[in-house]
Amino acid sequence: MHIIDNGNVAAALGVKLSRAQVIAAYPITPQTPLTEKLSEIIEKGEMNAEYIPVESEHSALSVCIAASSTGARAFTATSANGLLYMHEQVHWAAGARLPIVMCVVNRAVGGPWNVWNDQQDSISQRDTGWMQLYCSDNQQIIDTTIKAFKLAERMSIPVMVCYDGYILSHTYMPFDVPTQEQVDSFLGEFKADYVLDPDEPANLNTVTLPDVRMDRDGVLAHGYMEIRYLLQEDMRKAVNEMKKIDDEFLSVFNRGGSPHVEKYLCDDAEFIAVGMGSMTYQLRPVVDELRNAGIKAGVLGVCMYRPFPDKEIAKSLKDAKKIIVFEKALSYGYEGTLATEVKSAIYDNRLLFTILPEITGLIAGIGGREIKTHDLKEQLLGAIKSEKISETNWIGLKL
Amino acid sequence: MQAKSTILSLPTEEFVQPGTRACTGCGLAIAYRVGLKALGKDTILVVPPSCLTVLQGLYPIASTKLPCLNVTFASTAAAASGVLASLRARGKNNIKVAGWAGDGGTSDIGLQALSGAAERGEDFMYFCYDNEGYMNTGVQRSGTTPIGATTATTPLKGKLQPKKDVAAIMAAHNLSYVGACSAAYPLDLYDKIKKAIDMPGTKYFHIHIPCPPGWGFEPRYGIKIGRMAVETGYYDLYEIVNGEFSLTAASKKLVEKRKLVPVKDYFRAQSRFKTLSDTKIEEIQQAIDAKWEKYYKNEE
Amino acid sequence: MGTRGYKKKTSHSETAPGDGGRTGSWRVERPVIDTSICIPCKRGAQACFICWLFCPDVVISRTIPPTIDLEYCKGCGICAEECPTKAIKMVDEAEFIASDDKE
Repeated sequence: MHIIDNGNVAAALGVKLSRAQVIAAYPITPQTPLTEKLSEIIEKGEMNAEYIPVESEHSALSVCIAASSTGARAFTATSANGLLYMHEQVHWAAGARLPIVMCVVNRAVGGPWNVWNDQQDSISQRDTGWMQLYCSDNQQIIDTTIKAFKLAERMSIPVMVCYDGYILSHTYMPFDVPTQEQVDSFLGEFKADYVLDPDEPANLNTVTLPDVRMDRDGVLAHGYMEIRYLLQEDMRKAVNEMKKIDDEFLSVFNRGGSPHVEKYLCDDAEFIAVGMGSMTYQLRPVVDELRNAGIKAGVLGVCMYRPFPDKEIAKSLKDAKKIIVFEKALSYGYEGTLATEVKSAIYDNRLLFTILPEITGLIAGIGGREIKTHDLKEQLLGAIKSEKISETNWIGLKL
Repeated sequence: MQAKSTILSLPTEEFVQPGTRACTGCGLAIAYRVGLKALGKDTILVVPPSCLTVLQGLYPIASTKLPCLNVTFASTAAAASGVLASLRARGKNNIKVAGWAGDGGTSDIGLQALSGAAERGEDFMYFCYDNEGYMNTGVQRSGTTPIGATTATTPLKGKLQPKKDVAAIMAAHNLSYVGACSAAYPLDLYDKIKKAIDMPGTKYFHIHIPCPPGWGFEPRYGIKIGRMAVETGYYDLYEIVNGEFSLTAASKKLVEKRKLVPVKDYFRAQSRFKTLSDTKIEEIQQAIDAKWEKYYKNEE
Repeated sequence: MGTRGYKKKTSHSETAPGDGGRTGSWRVERPVIDTSICIPCKRGAQACFICWLFCPDVVISRTIPPTIDLEYCKGCGICAEECPTKAIKMVDEAEFIASDDKE
């Protein structure tokens, strides 16, 4: 069924169709309409779920962790400082290997306060062991949310579905809402590896030791290091699993084909702009203009950020002369994390490259600063011609 | 009125294993053991970092026989809410949920989540085992450390602020049940749990826990010290059932007896109160006497 | 020898005694029950069992006579202190070393 609605509603419908059983959330702009929609859906009896209006984001993820450990499909959503408040639990959910799905409606982090869009909130969580998927439009939001539950449950690793606050969350776009039957056939019921139960008691997540130790049957059990290594190992395996899940999605819903990256005019491109989220679609008309002027430009959208699909990214960039990375976050004290990781991916896969490309990293849209298409074009051309356009690599800075 | 339990009427089934890492003479071990007998097999426990985490065992051995979720420090009550939500969503209505947190994990870092859960009427039992300090991490002061107690973070002057009354805070949430208990009175604890277990909403239990290394007394005197806290009128055993307050067990008997052991005896039996001056003790004695005058009056 | 393929990938513990090892080794003195003074022993019937009630470590059985699991008894002395007839005495472990060696 085709409808026109905003990104938050798209996410809510994705959660509804995925039959989440326990939803806990705390209100924060610009996530609020998502959870409000879910409350309405549940109160109308359209969804068989428990909605827990918790007293903080830390508690929201705590509820999900506990619910997931006890056998329920769990979901939460947040933004910015809410995500930061639950940071301890973000690490915990990954270490506990729980298939929780969380929508992050990307918003700038305080201090100082700012309620508009950038990606610093989710980027600051990249080291926690959660998978991260970024959406570029509302269709991707509903589709990715549904895929996220499958990916999380297959890998026993939690998944963040990230989309830009206001630009996607509050913007109306047409998208297709799949049927419940389609989603049921794709997703199935939540089957946990282990469920806390008096009939099969266990003590979960207690203190682990630096070294390995015998269990009660005299078998050598993991130490903390092994438990954490397995998280890393399974995260890396998830790159391939995401492709399989995307293929499965394609066969049911007839949409997909870009599990890791979304390419636009990249195949013969000499100059490739790289981005994540809605900005990748904002770059497309810019690239179209450049193409009209005879410049072979393309856009590479990164859809899966964690695990980082380094091979797929390197393969997409191997014939480019110059790569220009646009991002809405950075690792303070160094540079944009996507720029760093693209360089790293190229280095790790350097045998694919006949010549190593030049790489420019640009920062845009911090705190919701408007990203003007004109500025994007100017910066892209400047990088292509190796001309310095502005004082800094922060687009639209007004110092 | 509910029959009072006796030692012989308690179930013999044990839900804790021997050979735990709890200190010699640990007061929590006594309360926890009896508490689990009252809760029974069909219970899921939620435990934050605390002495109980260690008592319950390090991976991969569990000293508890019940299913338990270890959670982060602040999140006991939120996690309990999550377990409940999951059980409801999956139609498992016969399983009880009980959070067991220390005084630090309750009165300090865990208070927000506890208040939220209580306000939402989450249907679980919350046990605050109060050994009056962050004992697991080396005896640092907490909100419920009593005035005058020396701890690792109040080493020379003793705590300057009075004990936070968490049970009173929880009573303000219109709970169906609030119980003040002690490890030295396990039958009273058992009966209170049995009484409250099927009441609606959040049930709050505050358990006074004598702690030999933290309080400074020889392990064998743990029950004596716990008893003294009650017999001096310093710590009261009571319950608040749907807003109605009544003293119970030994505290109730004190109203009839009208004779309190001098609180000085209680303080001088523990080396943590070594910096508590006689003047201060006298002040505390007067406050206790005033409190009990009110109890005596209410009785008349 | 490694832990690859261990049954769980998380911190998942199953119940067993002795997480703290043989905690009986913590003792400096052990409880000894005089069955001629112990109330349930004298009566030959279920009675008292205050020692069983207050044992922090679940090592006293509610049997006649009560037995103490010396593998795990930490020697806290609460049972001796609380016994209403003083039937339990705490005896220095040194007195048992010679006899334990003989076994």
